[in-house]
Amino acid sequence: MEYIPNILFAIVLIAGVGYFARNINKLIRNIKLGQEVDASDKKSERWTNVVRIALGQSKMVKRPVSGFLHVIVYVGFVIINIEVLEIIIDGIFGTHRIGIEILPLSVYGFLIGSFEVLAVLVLVTVVIFWLRRNVIKVKRFLSAEMKGWPKSDGNIILYFEVVLMCLFLVMNATDTPFQAMDSGNVISQFIAPWFNGFSVEALHTIERTAWWMHIVGILVFLNYLYYSKHLHILLAFPNVYYGSVEPKGKVNNLEAVTNEVKLMMDPDADPYAAPAESAADEVPAKFGASDVMDLSQVQLLNAYTCTECGRCTSACPANLTGKKLSPRKIMMDTRDRLVEVGKNIDANNGVFKDDGKQLLGDYILNEELWACTTCNACVEECPVSINPLSIILDMRRYLVMEQSAAPMELNNMMTNIENNGAPWPYNQMDRLNWANEE
Amino acid sequence: MSEQLKVPTMAEFMAEGKQPEILFWVGSAGSYDDRAKKITKAFVKVLHKANVDFAVLGTEESNTGDVAKRAGNEFLFQMQAVMNIEVLNAYEVKRIVTCDPHSFNCIKNEYPSLGGNYDVIHHTQYIQELIEAGRLTVEGETYKGKRITFHDPCYLGRANSVYDAPRNVLKNTNATLTEMKRHKGTALCCGAGGAQMFKDAEPGNKEINVLRTEDALATNPDIIATGCPYCNTMMTDGIKAKEKEGTVTVLDVAELIANS
Repeated sequence: MEYIPNILFAIVLIAGVGYFARNINKLIRNIKLGQEVDASDKKSERWTNVVRIALGQSKMVKRPVSGFLHVIVYVGFVIINIEVLEIIIDGIFGTHRIGIEILPLSVYGFLIGSFEVLAVLVLVTVVIFWLRRNVIKVKRFLSAEMKGWPKSDGNIILYFEVVLMCLFLVMNATDTPFQAMDSGNVISQFIAPWFNGFSVEALHTIERTAWWMHIVGILVFLNYLYYSKHLHILLAFPNVYYGSVEPKGKVNNLEAVTNEVKLMMDPDADPYAAPAESAADEVPAKFGASDVMDLSQVQLLNAYTCTECGRCTSACPANLTGKKLSPRKIMMDTRDRLVEVGKNIDANNGVFKDDGKQLLGDYILNEELWACTTCNACVEECPVSINPLSIILDMRRYLVMEQSAAPMELNNMMTNIENNGAPWPYNQMDRLNWANEE
Repeated sequence: MSEQLKVPTMAEFMAEGKQPEILFWVGSAGSYDDRAKKITKAFVKVLHKANVDFAVLGTEESNTGDVAKRAGNEFLFQMQAVMNIEVLNAYEVKRIVTCDPHSFNCIKNEYPSLGGNYDVIHHTQYIQELIEAGRLTVEGETYKGKRITFHDPCYLGRANSVYDAPRNVLKNTNATLTEMKRHKGTALCCGAGGAQMFKDAEPGNKEINVLRTEDALATNPDIIATGCPYCNTMMTDGIKAKEKEGTVTVLDVAELIANS
C-alpha cells in the first residue's frame, strides 16, 4: 500500500508526457508535409541566432515594456522549472524534498528562495499581461483575427500561470518542516501565517494537495501547449535556428523555374526531346503555394511557433492603413489549415483525402496577398524569426504563374517588361535618352 | 543644367579596350521616370565631379525583373535576370552602383545563384566612399542650417541593413539631420514596394505614403531626403496630399550632394 502514491505518480507522469509526445509526433509529421529545406549552411551563425534571439530575447526587448515583462516570465518559467525536477524525483521515489539531502542547505535555500521570488514576479507580470489584454486593450490584441479562441487562448495561458505559481507558493507555505527550516521561504513565510489555525494534519493535506495539483497542472499545461499559441516556448528555439541567415531582401530563386528558363535560353535544347528516365516519374512542379503542402517545412514550423503577439501586424504598413492584410493572420491561417490537414490525415488512416479546401481562398484571400508591400517590417519585428512575407510571396507566385490571377495593372506592368524591358510602355531604344535631355 | 552630360556606355569602353571603375546601373525608373531621371543626372554630376571612370549599359540594360519577382512572376524575373547577367558577364563587369535600392537588392542578392556575381553597392554607399577617399569634396553651403529628415528605403535599410551610409553622406550638407519616430529598422514603407507602385492600393482607410509623409512632417523638415526613386515619388505625392509642397521638398541624397 505504501507504494501506491509512487505508482500513481508514475502513471500520471507517463500519461502526461506520453500524450504530449504523441502530439509532438503529429506536429512533426504535419511539418514534414511541407517541402524540404536545406538548412545545413552557416551553422555557427544559426547557433549564434539561437543564443541571441531565442535564449537572449534580443528582439523581445526592442519593445521595452512588453519585452522586459516577457523576460521576467521567461526567466521565471525556465528557473522555476528546476523545481519540477525535484518534484519528479520525489514523486517517483517517495522522498520529500530530495534537494535538501543532496545539496547543502544554503544552496537549497537559495534555489527555493529564488523560485519563490520569481514566482511572485511572474504573478505580478501575468496580472499586467492580463490587464494589457483585457483592460488597457493594447491595440494589437484587438485585431479581427484575435476574436474568439485566440483571445481565450491568451487568457487561459495567463490563468494557468497564476494557478501554478499560487500552488507552488501554497505548497511551500504549508510545508511545516520546510518552514521550520527557515531557509528559502523568503515569500512563503508571509503566506504561512494565513494557515495558522490549521492542524498539522490539515497542513499536510493542503501541502500534498498543492503538490499534486502543481505537478498535474504542469502536465496539463504541457499538453495544452499543442492546442495553443503557447507552443512558442518550445518551438522558438528550432524556429530561430532554421530562420533566415540571408539579407532580408533576398527572396529565393525557384529552381523549377531556373530549369525551364535554362531550357528556353539554351539554343541547343530540343524542346521535343523525351524527358530523361529519372524525370519521367517526377511530379510536374507546381509553381508557388496554394496550400500548406506547397509551403516549406520552415514556413510550417513558423506557423506552429507563432504566439500571436501581433508585433508584425502592428508594424505592417498595409494593416496600419486599414487594409485586410495582417501578417499575424497569415501565420494563424497557415497553422489552422495545417491542423485541419493533420486531422484529415488522422481520420483517413494516414492519407490525406481531398477536402475541397485549401489555404488560398478558404483561409487567405487574394486581397490580403496583394496588399503587401514586401517591406519586411513584419520579418524585422518578429521576436522569433518568423517570416510571414515568404508565405505571401509563395502564394503570389501561385496566383501569377498557375492562375494568371494578378491584378490587371500588374499584368500590364509585366507585359511591358516582357515587351520592352521596363515596367512602362517605353521603347527599349530610348533607355539612354535621359542623358541627352535638358 | 544646360550642359550636356557625358555618359559613356560599356560598349564604348569595350571598343577602346578599357574597363570603367564602376558600372552605373540606371534602372528602369532612373531611365524613364521624369522625376527619377533628375536623380540619375544628379548622380552622374557627382560622378563627374569626383572624376570617376564610369559607364552605363544604355540600351543594353533591361529591367532587373525585381518588380516581377515581387509580384510573383518568377519566370519573368529569371528571364530578365539571365539576359542581364549575360550582358554584364560579357562585359566582365565587377562592380555595380545603382540609385535604385530595388535593383541593388535584386542584383546583389538574387543574381548570384543565376550566375551573376558582382560587387553591388548603393549610390549612397558609393558617395560615402568617394568622400572618405577624398575624391569628392562637398562644400556644404546650400543646405546649411536646413532641417533634413531621411526616409529609409525598405530595400536599402531592412532588406540589406544599410542605414549609416546615407546618413553619413547627408552630414556633409551641414544641414540639421532629424530622425522620424519610425526610422532605420522600424522605418515605415513608403507604400511603393512589392509592385504596389504599379497598382491601386487595396481598400483601406488611408494611403501608406500619406501616413509616412505624416511621420516625416512631424519632424518639421525643410527637406525629406531619400535614396530610392520610388520612395521619392511616394513622398512627393504625400507632400502634395498634405498640401505642403510650398514648404517641404523631397530630394534624393544624390541631388542634395550634387547641389551642395
